[in-house]
Amino acid sequence: MNFDLNAMLRRHGLVLAFLVFLVGVALNTDAFLTPGNILDVLRQVSITGMMALGVTFVVLTGRLDLSVGSMLTLLTVIVVDQHNISGPFPAIVMTLIAGLAIGAFNGLLIGFVRLNALIVTLAMLSFLQGLVLFYSGGSNVNVQNAQSTWFAVFGRGNFLGIPVPVILFLLGAVVAGLVLQFTTFGRRVYGVGGNETASIFSGIDARWTVFWTYVISGFTTAIAAVIMGSRVMGAQNTIGQGYELTVLAGVILGGTSMLGGSGSIWRTVIGISMLGFIQNGLLLLGFPYYVQWLVTWAVIIIAVWIDLGAKRGRIFA
Amino acid sequence: MTDMVSTQKKNVVHHVVSWLLRNHIWVFLALTMAVFSFASPYFLTLNNIGNILTQGAFIGILAIGMTMVMIDGEIDLSVGAILALASALAIGLQDHMGTWPAVFLGLMSGAALGFVNGSLVALSGMHSFIVTLGGLIGIRGIVFVYTGENALMVQDFSYTEIPEIYIGPLSLTAMLFFALALFFQWVLTSTRHGRETYAVGDNIEAAHDAGINVKRHKIINFTICGTMAAVCGILLSMRLGTAEPNAGKIWELWTIIAVVLGGIRLTGGFGSMWMTIGGVLTLAVLRNGLRLLNTPNYVELMVMGAVLVLALSLDKLLNHQEDGR
Repeated sequence: MNFDLNAMLRRHGLVLAFLVFLVGVALNTDAFLTPGNILDVLRQVSITGMMALGVTFVVLTGRLDLSVGSMLTLLTVIVVDQHNISGPFPAIVMTLIAGLAIGAFNGLLIGFVRLNALIVTLAMLSFLQGLVLFYSGGSNVNVQNAQSTWFAVFGRGNFLGIPVPVILFLLGAVVAGLVLQFTTFGRRVYGVGGNETASIFSGIDARWTVFWTYVISGFTTAIAAVIMGSRVMGAQNTIGQGYELTVLAGVILGGTSMLGGSGSIWRTVIGISMLGFIQNGLLLLGFPYYVQWLVTWAVIIIAVWIDLGAKRGRIFA
Repeated sequence: MTDMVSTQKKNVVHHVVSWLLRNHIWVFLALTMAVFSFASPYFLTLNNIGNILTQGAFIGILAIGMTMVMIDGEIDLSVGAILALASALAIGLQDHMGTWPAVFLGLMSGAALGFVNGSLVALSGMHSFIVTLGGLIGIRGIVFVYTGENALMVQDFSYTEIPEIYIGPLSLTAMLFFALALFFQWVLTSTRHGRETYAVGDNIEAAHDAGINVKRHKIINFTICGTMAAVCGILLSMRLGTAEPNAGKIWELWTIIAVVLGGIRLTGGFGSMWMTIGGVLTLAVLRNGLRLLNTPNYVELMVMGAVLVLALSLDKLLNHQEDGR
């Protein structure tokens, strides 16, 4: 048996630190490590988690998607409004199509026109928020028959005692993970992120690869919007504001590199869940709400720094 | 003799054309202003121009710091949060220690947070996007904890009259913006720190090999950026007389939009304050003009997005920008 403690600490130091935190909170409160609380936290992170799955693809190619927050707002407004107009099934289909279309537009500008991803998605953030206000006329929308519609199952339902959004999130994670690890497309994503020029010389069409990552990001955001609409049974005009940063924080916290080429879906699942459990744990310990944000700051810095330091072999640059 | 004159003339034309190609935002600004002056009778009045300059100056002062950081090839997402903290401190501490010490401490908080950002970027080697994204979340948390989630009101209303100094249509805020922009343009072109900024942004390895202390250099620029954010926050608190915990939310995005509109690239090593001023004014003119035309809020947001993509495509077309990231 060759057990290399050092290498293991490097690879899984973040997860170990997280486990220490979990045990620490559990020892100080009774409510933390109960099945009910764990499922609550997972349900809370399922929406950001779902979005983070798609964004992981984008980040793996070394790009960014800041438009997912506004996109979530728009798609939630669409799904709720269309639910009133044409019923749940058409509403969901329309939302998914809209998500794919917005993603494709992002992908077109970034993959094919080769514009800067940060700026394009920043522009989309503004544009889509405008579209939301245009579509809704500035008023909030609500599902009218909230008590009787089967649409409620996505956000509020339970299957075998597990909340449906959690099942959707984990299912999505498994599918996304399989796609990344075992398909040609997955390997292309890593290739483009690792070294774009080299990937092009090896016959990978980087344009299409980048294009599809944004389509995937739009698709997962659409699913998140369905969950969100079903959970809230309504949509405000700013419901997704700031989500892009939370999602990105989760992806980065998991250790997926912003430079691209390194990271994975399970890391994103860990990162997003960590954010959720840290926030929940701090609340249960009785800290004021906004202390979470301070701790999130510290955790992001420390986690990414440790990750980077381990790869580099020394702490300081 | 005539030959020389004609070459000189050609040189001047060439110079002007190449300046306009790099600073195409000024052409766009002139066009926008022309359109709005035809579309609205209120646009081209001295009063409205003064308004535009004052409104633009807040994002403008943030954009000055952002420009320094961006020429370095970095980015600062935490300016909105730093602004909120500085304005909260400037108003919250007044009752305990008087106006100017409170303002000074507000400024120092910005400088300190900028220093922290810069040190983290320089020492850890992390991407500044991550570091300042963390800062954006955490510093906003500090603001909420400090203000107790309430808006702080100024007790002594003479505080709100401090920036009410005008030269013609030009307010003190606008004057401060232009003065700071010109000062940092001077820093960029005529000081060692300025030349090092371009060198670091262009090729950090080469800059390091040439003997530039890259770490110290980055820390200085992030400190400048934090300080500018604090200046903006304090001016905002003077203008409003209150400090809201949500003040400056997503202003970092507007700032980046202004700077990029100006033609400065995220890859670094390129740009000037002229571009930033152009971008800031264009943004301000667009927002003001659309409001004067009585367009709903969503038009402003959609136009801004479209213009940003347009500016980016134009820059790529005119200056053959390569990297698609």
